[in-house]
Amino acid sequence: MNSVFFLVLRRMRTPLILLIVFYAISVLGLTLVPGVNADGTPAPPLSFFHAFYFISYTATTIGFGEVPQAFSDAQRLWVTVCIYITVLGWTYSILTLLSLLQDKSFQHTLAASRFSRRVARIRTPFYLVCGCGETGGLICRALDLLGLDFVILDTNAQRVEELDLEDFITDDPALAVDASVSGNLLMAGVRHPKCRGVLAVTNDEKCNLAIAINVRLLNPEIPVLTRVRSPAVADNMRSFGTHHIVNAYERFAEYLALAVSAPEAFRLIEILTGLPGSPLPAAHRPPCGHWVVCGYGQFGQAIARYMSLPGIRMTIIDPDLAGPPDSRLVKGTGMEASVLQQAGIMEAVGIVAGSDNDIANLSIAMMAKQLNPKLYVVSRQNQAANDLLFETFRADFSMVHTRVVAQECISILTTPLLSRFLAAVRQADESWSKTLVSRLESICEGLVPLVWDILLDADTAPAVYKMQQTGKPVTVGALMCDIANRETCLPAVVLTVERRGHTFLLPEDGFLLENGDAILLAGQREVRSTLNLTLKNVNALDYVLTGRDHQGGWLWQYLFEKEGRGS
Amino acid sequence: MNLEKVVFAFFIVFAATLNFGFFIGDIDRPELHNVYELFAAIVVNMIATVLKFGDRTQIGAVHLSTSLVADIQLIAAAVTWGVAVHVTGTGMTPEMTSSVVSLSGGALLANIVSLVILIVETVMMRR
Repeated sequence: MNSVFFLVLRRMRTPLILLIVFYAISVLGLTLVPGVNADGTPAPPLSFFHAFYFISYTATTIGFGEVPQAFSDAQRLWVTVCIYITVLGWTYSILTLLSLLQDKSFQHTLAASRFSRRVARIRTPFYLVCGCGETGGLICRALDLLGLDFVILDTNAQRVEELDLEDFITDDPALAVDASVSGNLLMAGVRHPKCRGVLAVTNDEKCNLAIAINVRLLNPEIPVLTRVRSPAVADNMRSFGTHHIVNAYERFAEYLALAVSAPEAFRLIEILTGLPGSPLPAAHRPPCGHWVVCGYGQFGQAIARYMSLPGIRMTIIDPDLAGPPDSRLVKGTGMEASVLQQAGIMEAVGIVAGSDNDIANLSIAMMAKQLNPKLYVVSRQNQAANDLLFETFRADFSMVHTRVVAQECISILTTPLLSRFLAAVRQADESWSKTLVSRLESICEGLVPLVWDILLDADTAPAVYKMQQTGKPVTVGALMCDIANRETCLPAVVLTVERRGHTFLLPEDGFLLENGDAILLAGQREVRSTLNLTLKNVNALDYVLTGRDHQGGWLWQYLFEKEGRGS
Repeated sequence: MNLEKVVFAFFIVFAATLNFGFFIGDIDRPELHNVYELFAAIVVNMIATVLKFGDRTQIGAVHLSTSLVADIQLIAAAVTWGVAVHVTGTGMTPEMTSSVVSLSGGALLANIVSLVILIVETVMMRR
């Protein structure tokens, strides 16, 4: 605010001085020019008081006429001059002020100061999202759904304006500035006591790197999530201790490999790490056998590294004949039928169209599908703008860069419990995953479930704490009862309970909860608020535990109990 | 030499001198205190105030505040004068004159502070 105020004052100096000078000249002139009485005899000039009064209403074009008495011709001559110069002075001042208000840099200063005040006023934990393109937009929508506040920085002013149209539930300040500048990061609240983390998800690798370094130095306490493409930049980030490096290529390749080796475990991970509220993805069952990989860039390399599983043979098609030493190489782009045939497309079970050009990928995929209709097609989609094309084509498995990054970020942010649970899932056997998948699918009605955690202590779950203090046991099964009707269960699954370093996977209904337990749940979005009520309201908890329906607050209970004792 | 600095110093000194010129003389004798001099002092003081706008430094802030004080005192003096002559119709009695002149004396003190700051600032500036 301060800087804006001083900026206005500074720019208004010339017009204000001009206005003062014009007023002074006019008033002074009027006090010198003699007047005339009604009978024609000369009268003394106006006093300063009357002169100032007259100029005040004349300069602002109000014009009460000639007061206190009709002017002499000499006075009229002078007043004519006064009218022109004072109106000129006012016009100049107002025009300067208006042009100042329309000035781009002034408006930006105004927006920036409003933004920094809003950030300073935030009282709830928030995340700082740098870059709000396709990836950032997905992340913001998911954060909003999770009820988390966030602050947005983006270089594109138009994009920031569009954010106003997005119907976010939470209050989220956004500003169009370069997030790699430390001053801007500070303004956006990197050192704010409530800042929980920074997500560097711009399209520009150098910018992400700069953000990561800035945050490491400005506030080493908070975690940074950065999106990278090239391994060199990732190494650089790792060297100064960036907490989470999100590489979509590596992540997708890992998932593809997992989908081949353990499809049920992959399905479970996909459900739990999806963007909450989006439709549940179709099950992926990529086959084992001979695979053709088109393009050996960063994506192709990641695929080749992760897919070197027993039972998988790979042929790489690359225009530069680059590829891992132990696989077959074919020169070409993959858009030519002859090259595909040479790579053995007729015997292959799957193809990865992994170049950095969306149209080329579609062309490869369509050509391959024509040659061998039973082929499992994995296509890489670089731009979300091509969604429609890829949806129409219906590849068996699409790698959408922005979505993979967003999912990864959200699953990291949601809860640290989830990553430990997912690590356990990777070890678990397939039938276990399959049971859990079918349970999740049955409760979440075609949408990706919300995953959240609860810490059972006196603050977040006072009702449970109170019950436990009075010696009444609270079980997992009881918590999951609906407070409207305890016979039905809430559509949610308790994934893990963590107690002093021990993890209990999928606890039974009879599992006894203790104070200090951390619970990880997945389920419909509404369950979260219902469960919150059970955790906080003693009456609600008592109902799900015993079936007794208490009514009213402490006053009612006090009267009711007294009556009970009296009778 | 910087023309902007010349103008700045000129107006600050001019405001102080005009103010002093009005203030000097027996406090209760209206014939020793010219209304045009008060008018000129007000105008020059206001211009000096506007010139001090938009400086965020500590010294700039003190400069601006002294000027604002001088403005308020001088305008109060002018209003007192106007009230005495036009509203109550008592005219410039010795009591009214002395209150107008003493108000302008307060403004003079503020202007002197402004002058001192200007001089200190200049002395402290090293090449």
